[in-house]
Amino acid sequence: MPSALRVVLAEDGVLLREGLTALLERFGHQVVAAVGDATALREAVAAHEPDVVVTDVRMPPGFQDEGLRAAIALRAERPSLPVLVLSQYVQREYAAELLDTGDGTGVGYLLKDRVGQVEEFVAALARVAGGGTVVDPEVVRQLLRRRRDPLAALTPREREVLALVAEGRSNAAVARELTVTEAAVGKHIGNILAKLGLPPAEDTHRRVLAVLTYLR
Amino acid sequence: MDRANTLLRALTRRDFLLSAWPWRAAGYLASSAVTGVLALTGLLVLAGFSLLLVGLPLLVLAGTGLAAVERRRLRLVDPEPAPGPHRTPGEPGLAAWLRLRLTEQATWREFAYGLLYALVLWPLDVLAVAVAVALPLAATAAPVQLALDGEEARVVKTVLVTTWPGALAAAAAGLALLCLLLYPLAVFAGARAQLTRLLLAPREGELRERLGEVTRSRARLVAAFEAERRRIERDLHDGAQQRLVALTMTLGLARLDAPEGPLADRIAAAHEETGRVLEELRELIRGIHPQVLADYGLAAALDDAADRSAVPVDTDVELPRLDTSVESAAYFAVCEALTNAARHGGARRIRLTARHTGALLAVDVHDDGRGGADPRGGSGLTGLADRLAVLDGTLTVDSPEGGPTLLRVEIPCRAR
Repeated sequence: MPSALRVVLAEDGVLLREGLTALLERFGHQVVAAVGDATALREAVAAHEPDVVVTDVRMPPGFQDEGLRAAIALRAERPSLPVLVLSQYVQREYAAELLDTGDGTGVGYLLKDRVGQVEEFVAALARVAGGGTVVDPEVVRQLLRRRRDPLAALTPREREVLALVAEGRSNAAVARELTVTEAAVGKHIGNILAKLGLPPAEDTHRRVLAVLTYLR
Repeated sequence: MDRANTLLRALTRRDFLLSAWPWRAAGYLASSAVTGVLALTGLLVLAGFSLLLVGLPLLVLAGTGLAAVERRRLRLVDPEPAPGPHRTPGEPGLAAWLRLRLTEQATWREFAYGLLYALVLWPLDVLAVAVAVALPLAATAAPVQLALDGEEARVVKTVLVTTWPGALAAAAAGLALLCLLLYPLAVFAGARAQLTRLLLAPREGELRERLGEVTRSRARLVAAFEAERRRIERDLHDGAQQRLVALTMTLGLARLDAPEGPLADRIAAAHEETGRVLEELRELIRGIHPQVLADYGLAAALDDAADRSAVPVDTDVELPRLDTSVESAAYFAVCEALTNAARHGGARRIRLTARHTGALLAVDVHDDGRGGADPRGGSGLTGLADRLAVLDGTLTVDSPEGGPTLLRVEIPCRAR
């Protein structure tokens, strides 16, 4: 995991853009470009080749989901470019579309409120930059409440584990969170993958696929 | 004629002569003399002006004024109100009003009625009252005449009566004649009223047109309301929410920098409080207008509503993108239904089905609650039904006591 990241930031609110820049710099990262709309974002990425992109969903000119569309387009051109999308809303569709880009690694979808938890936010950014997958706990919570079909077979503990995996935690982090051994987490994950019908394979990220199953 | 003429129907009743109807009929025809004389005078004066051309539009519009009076006078014999047949001008100003009036068929019908009335109808009205009421009454007054004169009385200016029995017989004959003639008089008044209504009340097509106008203006209102909702949502999103996020971020950073102690605790408390405010604001904004509806359409928004429902919802939703107004109306209807099911219906499971077939969107919300929901109870359901009605949509609620409740929203619309 690189300690100092080169970040391209896209956010149309000036206040928030300045604030985010200050926050990232406070943690030793370098904001190489801070832009206010989706077109400028794509140009900035082409110009700076950053380590990670942080973008808002709703941006000019249409104030709909331009930022998300730009993120998806960027990922289509550069599948390995880590992108963290910040959203004012919890939206399963946003997260699912984002995870469908590239191989589903190096993406994050977080509620904008999370930037207030500065350390957690910076940690999530680092996880995304390092190729991890981060899904906002709020999205995860909603999905859990719904208990969708593919997940019906999972035990409550397995759901908890999957929720934490969706948030981008490593096995060790999950073990700490649930105060169990790392071996136990590994066993749970094995069971989850088996129940979701994801056989072991070399070239796919089964953990990402499990999260995707969870989102759909 | 389909519309029952109350006066003509009253004729068949046994107590007709004792009711107010004969006198209303007589009053209707008698009062015709007043308006008739005014109409004739007006007609002559305006016709004179018309020789100088300036009076011509005035002449036509005078028919409209007379018609308004005549529609009011109609109340004497016809309890059903006759509304004006005219449309409201789309723009303010005398010119627009004149243009509209002169192009309306109704104006010319009123003008024709005015001519007919001033030249033919009112004298006929007066003649009818004179023959059917004044004549018999004059005969009835024979004894009075005899008493005043002392020697003789000329009944109806023709027959000479000199004796009391003769005068009394004349009075009795007059009374009998009056009773007899009141029937044809009522028939005449009824027919006159029908003629007035035929010429001066709005026709079917005009009524439909006005209804269409009302529907369109209601749709415009709803659209304006919808736009306002979006504006408020955007203002909150771009204003208050952004600032609050920036504030939590500042507080978060301050927390990192503050040395441990009471100050750090206060910053921490403020930080957490801001977080809660943000959360509330987010829910509020979503309630005003969910962004997912605009970005992904009704299907996604319904899934989303199901996700956040307090009661578990099984969804079966397959929809194309539809008109914004349709998507919005259906979405808020379902949200209300889900809330109701959880809050009032005590449901434990909800099934949400949505399909678009042919040119109809049908959304069903089925819950296993205790039922008893009444769409006429002035509840949120009434508001929903009103909102759907603007789009020609319907809300059907089947909710027997004890449940289950099936709420169905149907809106005719085409896929976008």
